[in-house]
Amino acid sequence: MARLNMVTAIDQALLQEMERDPKVIVLGEDVGRDGGVFRVTEGLVERFGEERVIDTPLAESGIVGFAIGMALAGYRPVAEVQFSGFVYPGYDQILSHAARYRTRSRGQWTVPLVVRMPYGGGIRALEHHSESMEAVFAHIPGLKVVMPADPYEAKGLLTAAIRDPDPVIFFEPARVYRAIKMEVPEEQYEIPLGVARVVREGKDLTLIGWGAQLRVCREAADRLASEGRYEVEVVDIRTISPFDFETVTASVVKTGRAVIVHEAPRTCGFGAEISAQIMERAILRLEAPVRRVTGFDTIPPLAKLEDYFQPDVDLVVHEIIATMEF
Amino acid sequence: MLPTAIPVGTHMIHAAGIAWAMKNDGEKVAVLTSFGEGATSEGDFSEAMNFAGVFQVPLVFFCQNNQWAISVPYYKQTASCTVAQKAVGYGMPGIQVDGNDVFAVYRIVSEALERARGGGGPTLVEAHTYRVTDHTTADDARRYRDEGEVALWKQRDPILRLARYMKKNGLLDDAVEAAVKARAGEKVAKAVAAYEALGPPPPEEIFKHVYAEMTAPLAEQQAELRRRIEGRR
Repeated sequence: MARLNMVTAIDQALLQEMERDPKVIVLGEDVGRDGGVFRVTEGLVERFGEERVIDTPLAESGIVGFAIGMALAGYRPVAEVQFSGFVYPGYDQILSHAARYRTRSRGQWTVPLVVRMPYGGGIRALEHHSESMEAVFAHIPGLKVVMPADPYEAKGLLTAAIRDPDPVIFFEPARVYRAIKMEVPEEQYEIPLGVARVVREGKDLTLIGWGAQLRVCREAADRLASEGRYEVEVVDIRTISPFDFETVTASVVKTGRAVIVHEAPRTCGFGAEISAQIMERAILRLEAPVRRVTGFDTIPPLAKLEDYFQPDVDLVVHEIIATMEF
Repeated sequence: MLPTAIPVGTHMIHAAGIAWAMKNDGEKVAVLTSFGEGATSEGDFSEAMNFAGVFQVPLVFFCQNNQWAISVPYYKQTASCTVAQKAVGYGMPGIQVDGNDVFAVYRIVSEALERARGGGGPTLVEAHTYRVTDHTTADDARRYRDEGEVALWKQRDPILRLARYMKKNGLLDDAVEAAVKARAGEKVAKAVAAYEALGPPPPEEIFKHVYAEMTAPLAEQQAELRRRIEGRR
């Protein structure tokens, strides 16, 4: 098995799905000869030509709207938005059309579209390049929202997303793109959307994260275990919409405690939804309030202050201890 | 002068609003908004042009058409022969100018600003030029364009052209040119050194400019960060 980073794993998922299904199209800014600014689509235009790997004009509303049209006409477009901070001219197309055609036409028209985009901090970038705004997409009925944590997950989840009959927003953690390599099977595989995974078992507390923050969660859990303090169960949500409340509830029922980690701003972040679901489904099993470790309710700061904004292992460990000692 | 707008193409409509406000206040001023040819593909470019035309605001749309939006060349950005001709559809004059000719750009932009100040409404100016560098330090333009094309345009560098013109007319000699270059280089080196010597701003900066007055939730979060930094959690 080859060891791949997330960029290569996603590239491979796209290539293999394009080979399998001639209706799969990749479009976006600089996705052709340049291979995308993060090189995620490298090699695709050489393999499939400019009819299937399309460099578009610089217009996010155009990219998403055009892709909706392609999807309505039977194609499987995978649109790339260069950074999630630039998607908002296309947000109207996502919210008002991609997510609604099925309901609007009572199921006669569907939009099997994937919008891929890098998100999140930790890459020392300029304004609009570090946001983690998944909650404003998770709030849209009719959309699915996927946030892979590592290369293996990214390949399987993207393959499932392309095959999914509904529109999927696929957030790729820019910080993870080249940070880790792991074994990724050469053959195609799907990881079903809407199913969370327990990445580490533990009896004392449930630690919930997704995307780039999953690494922080795992390291925090490993540290507490190696110090012989607590056995923390780590749950990777994978798809924040649909949200797998069963896996989370089962874990919290077992442990009685939960901490949720995300780098998005706290207010109305997805942690609030998870916390509410835990209250509704498992309040009598809780030994302590559910805690959230999140970004602040501010614009993400630029490089020199960025580390204060991002949850880190020390902070997560501290919050776990506080929850255990409540 | 507003800070650089990083999202592409969505800021020109602000210039139209500013121009409207200034006109409404009876000021005899004009506004200039600049952008690249890639930005003209954004829907908000059309909206800005349309609003500017409808309200006849004192605004100059200055498009620096450098022919490349990262890896996407002009002909893939628009099927329009020029950016300038797009002005026709919005009822304003559109002028294409040699963007590497300092005098031509100065004259065309001055005239457009003058017309705007005099109540003559908006103008679209397309300065035809070329991006001789990579898009950013993370970009490698050799992946997608011919180096011969770059070399050709480097010869048309507006600073070289201006120097040639001035020398031909006895306005500049090699010694002065060298001195000007040295002075400019020194100025840039100093600015870079000053920037690099800057320490990080205090962490409280994160919370400082979100609202006019800090809200209660933000004050709480700021205190939380302070405790964390001091190890008191």
